[in-house]
Amino acid sequence: MTLVSFWFLLIAVVWTGFFVLEGFDFGVGMLHAVVGRDEPGRRAAINTIGPLWDGNEVWLIVAGAAMFAAFPGWYATMFSGFYLALVLLLGALMVRGASFEYRGKRDGATWRRTWSALMTAGSAAVPVLIGVALGDLLHGLPVNAAHEYTGSFLTLLQPYGILAGVTFLAICVTHGATFLALKTSGGLRARALALARRSAPVTALAVLAFALWTHAIAGKGLLINPVEIIAVLAVLAGAWLVRADLEAWAFAATTLAMATAVLSIFSELYPKVMVSSTNSAYSLTIHNSAAGSYSLKVMTVVAAIFLPVVLAYTAWTYYVFRRRLSDKDFQVQHTAH
Amino acid sequence: MTLDLARWQFALTSINHFFFVPVTIGLAFLTALLQTSWYRRGKPEYLRLTRFFGTLLVINVAVGVVTGLVQEFEFGMNWSAYSRLVGDIFGAPLAMEGLVAFFLESTFLGLWIFGWDRLSRRVHLLSIWLVALGTLLSAAFIMAANSWMQHPVGYAIDKATGRPRLDDIWAVLTNPVFGWGYLHVILASLVTASGVMLAVSAWQLRKVRSANRENGEHGEHGEIFGLSLKLSLIVLVPAMVLALFVGSELGVVEARYQPMKIAAAEAQWATCQPCSFSLFQIGGGNNDHTPTQVIQIPHLLSLLATNSWNGKVIGLSPLQAQYANKYGPGTYVPNVFVQYWSMRVMAYTATLVFLLGLWGLWLMWRKRFAASRWFLLAATWAVILPFGMNTAGWLLTESGRQPWIVQGIQLTRDGVSPSVGLTDVVISLVAFGLLYTALGVVDVVLMMRYSRREIAPAPAAVDPQARVPSMLY
Repeated sequence: MTLVSFWFLLIAVVWTGFFVLEGFDFGVGMLHAVVGRDEPGRRAAINTIGPLWDGNEVWLIVAGAAMFAAFPGWYATMFSGFYLALVLLLGALMVRGASFEYRGKRDGATWRRTWSALMTAGSAAVPVLIGVALGDLLHGLPVNAAHEYTGSFLTLLQPYGILAGVTFLAICVTHGATFLALKTSGGLRARALALARRSAPVTALAVLAFALWTHAIAGKGLLINPVEIIAVLAVLAGAWLVRADLEAWAFAATTLAMATAVLSIFSELYPKVMVSSTNSAYSLTIHNSAAGSYSLKVMTVVAAIFLPVVLAYTAWTYYVFRRRLSDKDFQVQHTAH
Repeated sequence: MTLDLARWQFALTSINHFFFVPVTIGLAFLTALLQTSWYRRGKPEYLRLTRFFGTLLVINVAVGVVTGLVQEFEFGMNWSAYSRLVGDIFGAPLAMEGLVAFFLESTFLGLWIFGWDRLSRRVHLLSIWLVALGTLLSAAFIMAANSWMQHPVGYAIDKATGRPRLDDIWAVLTNPVFGWGYLHVILASLVTASGVMLAVSAWQLRKVRSANRENGEHGEHGEIFGLSLKLSLIVLVPAMVLALFVGSELGVVEARYQPMKIAAAEAQWATCQPCSFSLFQIGGGNNDHTPTQVIQIPHLLSLLATNSWNGKVIGLSPLQAQYANKYGPGTYVPNVFVQYWSMRVMAYTATLVFLLGLWGLWLMWRKRFAASRWFLLAATWAVILPFGMNTAGWLLTESGRQPWIVQGIQLTRDGVSPSVGLTDVVISLVAFGLLYTALGVVDVVLMMRYSRREIAPAPAAVDPQARVPSMLY
């Protein structure tokens, strides 16, 4: 495997890591006010991701920075082309991040309701926006010979991109519900499972449509892409497992569904990174957008040393916070700290 | 116009981001010191202070993180031609920052906040130190990237594409601008955070004083903030002295690689030897080459720019001729007004902070600071000084690089995104303006509330071996 292919793979893996990990905390962000009927319940729901979400969000930063470093051309065209969409994305990420830290810092009901609403909206907006963006990469956007985006904000709203956005949103909801079922007990767990039972079939439909359309756009005929098949099977398995109240296995299934949905796009994209709808010769590829080999080698060494370390302490963190939370843990203590 | 607004947006978001960053870097370190004191001596006062200032750290980190995200995206959004040209070199430290520093910082901050009752005391203490290490590493990578824009090293121009390509990462990491600039930023961060701790402690001590005056007794939590006041002074004064020393070394390095920056900081149009430093000037700017300079200190500019008594500083006019000769027709002089005054605001606020610190140390030696009303009042209000100092310092270094985005390689006007129109930038500028203002207000309100709050009693007061409850959302 060449260095540029390796870095494309690595970036696909980082995006996958981002969606798998931050995916469930988007789900928890969207569902915390539904699963938690009262303040202790809501706080229990939020605290299941309390120690985790910030680290999960770093996957997004690393995904962006790795694109910048390994494929400067891709980063430049995509980030300037998606300008207003990224303004929306950053706005959503900002209010969402602030909502976790600030919601519990005051006691007023209005204060908490406001931050809860922002948490829900921000958590829903981010997967939709990034889903649309990744879908657009594969669908194709007007990009000229100089690799500059020539469309407008509305050009970004391609039907396939929108379906990708909706699909990622649906997977995040179900993934978040299975996570909540796994990390809570009592009434919270029961409500999370009930939600998962309702959202999983809808998610399965979305993933099926997404997989078919992705395959059609890639235009590889009847050649089967196993990643897309696994995505459909995994989400169906998840739907069946939540019916059986097996939340740990269901969470594993939604994890797999999320990972394969993201990888579907990247596997069909390769070796392109951004398709030009103006002229396929103008498409950005791993070759015409890549950094020099020295730079890639340096980063490969750094990634080889530090990625395993990061994975090790991330796994350990999940182990430390393995205990299920219940609304009873939050009954007495109303103020944080 | 689009270019100007893109520059304003980057400047405003960066300045705003850097209100929070130095507090995070310094406060992580100070909180770690407090917790270490508790770990080693077992005094509950240190535990209470750890949790009190740790809460301020957490409030502050939230805004630092989300505004940092904007910075990371803005290179591609507004400066895509720049990103395309130099991503090969500039992108690498950013990617390493994410992988090596951000993961460490955010994962262990989560473990620290939520892990009080899940981790052993030793591992929990290690967590806050790893957070502090993460902030230090993060600053190192971003300063390496920024220093490359000031003084590009370790690259060769690719013949096929005309783009600079990294060919020596070691040169990038040993860039003299990076070494001195990094130390300067870390020391300024320690000054800023200890300034915040000093102000909060002084405010709390003043509250105790007035309460004591009313009922004629000694409040117990007065003593506790005396401890943090001492700690902040012990960190503040040496950090400020070192920052001044390192800053002057950085000035010498910059005078060598970016002579325009230093000449503009003194509004020195003609070459001089030896060169004096003026305390202030009337008039001046890019169109006024003969401002009235008031109170000139002989030889000081020579010392600052060259480290020698009679050093020569080449003036802006000969430098302009030299640059036009080398890079083609154009104006290569940065905004002289901004350079001149940001240099002075930085130096004067730093001097005030230093004097305040000395005053505090003297009172500490005389064991009288808790009773010194004027010192406590001054120390509370002085909290704005380090922020002015930091902002001026960044203006000096970034505005001084203009008109270059990368010194000698690309002009700022050539780095802007060709596909982003005026409407786009207006919308984003308004959106970020509103968001940053709202977040800033919430952050300041919460910081003040939590700074003025009565400190919580020690959670493990009854049983010293008991687990300390976690902080939760």
